[in-house]
Amino acid sequence: MTTPTQPSSNTPQAPLAGPTPGAPHVPPSGPAREPGIIARALDSDIWYSFTRSPLTMVAAFVTFAFFAVALLAPVIAPQNPFDLASLDLLDSLNPPVWTADGSWRFVLGTDDQGRDMLSAIMFGSRISLAVGFASVAFAAVLGIALGLLSGYAGGSIDSVIMRIADVQLTFPAILIALLIDGTVSGLLPDVQREQSAFWVLVVSIGLSFWVQYARTVRSSVLVEKNKEYVQAARLIGLSSLTIMIRHVLPNVLGPVLVIATINLALAVITEATLSFLGVGIPPTQPSLGTLIRIGNNFLFSGEWWITIFPGLALAVLVLSVNLLGDWLRDALNPKLR
Amino acid sequence: MLAFVVRRLLQSIIVMFAVGLIAFLLFRYVGDPVNQMVGIETTPAEREALRERLGLNDHIIVQFWRFISSAAQFDFGTSYQFKQPVAGMILDRLPATLELSIMSALFALFVGVPMGVYTGLNRQSWLSKVFLAVSLIGISLPTFLIGILLIFVFAVQLQVLPSFGRGETVEVLGWSTGLLTISGLKALILPSITLGLFQMTLIMRLVRSEMLEVLRTDYIKFARARGLKASAINFGHALKNTLVPVITITGLQLGSVIAFAIITETVFQWPGMGLLFLQSVQEVDIPIMAAYLLLIAFLFVVINLIVDLLYVTVDPRIRIDTSQKM
Repeated sequence: MTTPTQPSSNTPQAPLAGPTPGAPHVPPSGPAREPGIIARALDSDIWYSFTRSPLTMVAAFVTFAFFAVALLAPVIAPQNPFDLASLDLLDSLNPPVWTADGSWRFVLGTDDQGRDMLSAIMFGSRISLAVGFASVAFAAVLGIALGLLSGYAGGSIDSVIMRIADVQLTFPAILIALLIDGTVSGLLPDVQREQSAFWVLVVSIGLSFWVQYARTVRSSVLVEKNKEYVQAARLIGLSSLTIMIRHVLPNVLGPVLVIATINLALAVITEATLSFLGVGIPPTQPSLGTLIRIGNNFLFSGEWWITIFPGLALAVLVLSVNLLGDWLRDALNPKLR
Repeated sequence: MLAFVVRRLLQSIIVMFAVGLIAFLLFRYVGDPVNQMVGIETTPAEREALRERLGLNDHIIVQFWRFISSAAQFDFGTSYQFKQPVAGMILDRLPATLELSIMSALFALFVGVPMGVYTGLNRQSWLSKVFLAVSLIGISLPTFLIGILLIFVFAVQLQVLPSFGRGETVEVLGWSTGLLTISGLKALILPSITLGLFQMTLIMRLVRSEMLEVLRTDYIKFARARGLKASAINFGHALKNTLVPVITITGLQLGSVIAFAIITETVFQWPGMGLLFLQSVQEVDIPIMAAYLLLIAFLFVVINLIVDLLYVTVDPRIRIDTSQKM
């Protein structure tokens, strides 16, 4: 993670500012003199506050462990749960290893089709995180674009966009996502419904989250657009689009990063909830939510591990991302320091 | 003041109109209403007759007007799935959802406020830290997962509470209530906790931060200087002043509680509106979806309106702000 714009501006540029009068002149001798990006990151306030908070370090470790597992799932998972040939019904409903009937072959047990739960959870996290990242990216791009437009253009465009945002904000995001998801699935024929479930989900979650980005970016743009560098850019004849994207945008991205981190947890929760409710990812490529939904049917017959383990994985993932987001919000907010 | 009320009212009407338009477009264009109502063996001529009888050949504006005016009279058409009037189905399930929502709001209020006061007053005690940790988990965990974990512990392992349904219900003046039977009350416990946990943590954190803020003010210092008892200061002076935002938030959250009831009702197979809505989403039963959408939007708009108006009456500062806004 690189240091965002706000705090790094007051950190280590001082030695590069030029030789002070009286000080021995040191010629800039190659890369050894300039602190590299890693050294600069290690010297920043953000890194300092990171090393002060053990809970954040644990959360960061867990989060990146989840990312790594999700990325490498096809390589490190003991079994490919989507490969029907590797499944054996004789292995079905095995309990986890520490119970009386458990075996090391299936550390967290198996489900009713003989799928290894550990592998299913690895692949499930992969899908959950993919939906999470894609929908956050979608919401962020949409929200930033509308926020920039709204703040920079002002006038009637601004009030139309912000009124829509106001109205949408009065309804809970999950209700909006559920509604969009339900409607789009209704419009699609049955065959396509399963194939496009991923993208339908991404769009519906993204559309229910854009407001926050738009509002934040808009309020930052309102502050930024009256600053001198924007006036200077306008003076040398740059187009509005260039000013917006090349000059204003980089200066309003700090808060967006915080919202995106917190929203990642929310998006993962929303995906899991929709999949649990049966309108999200279909069981052929289960996400964590779908796994919990499947396992829920076995809760009463004693096979608790089919639902509890994916549930715990989801809980730990969401909790760590949330902790990381909370920390990032505090670390990037100079008022709280 | 009057101008503010009128403008706010106008805004609410516009929102309802927009939601009505969305509901209408859903109703009219997602799937063909005629195809949903008839069987495969119906001839094209019969279909055309039905189409004419339903008024689907009229001008779109006329149709929209008919849709809105019949919705205003609580007529939402017939469910595709159940072949029953939607309004009656929703009314049948309204008591279950309302009882669940109100119970969970009460739970959130009566557990959240004391916890917030305690953590605000004893910042360093270990119990406060436990409460805060629990609240972090309550905010992080998705509702359905909390429900499943509660079912796993209390219904599967300990077997002390039921895991689904409303238990026995009694009919009181046409309202089927579960509050008057033992099994009905027992069945309410787990769903209410599941639904209310998020609001509870929200209220607890709110009360805590408000308490911390209020305890720093001059009038509290003055009350201490006057030698008042700690309990009189904490509850008589401090808590009283934290309650205005708490009541506002609780009011505003009532809408989300009803929306989140969809999830809780699914986990506990609670026969309320939310479960009905979810079934209609899965089956693409548009009349029920449209009706539920309108109903929820109406609830939200009314709640927001009431809270806004209360705010203006309670806090004179806002009156000045809003006259300059927009």
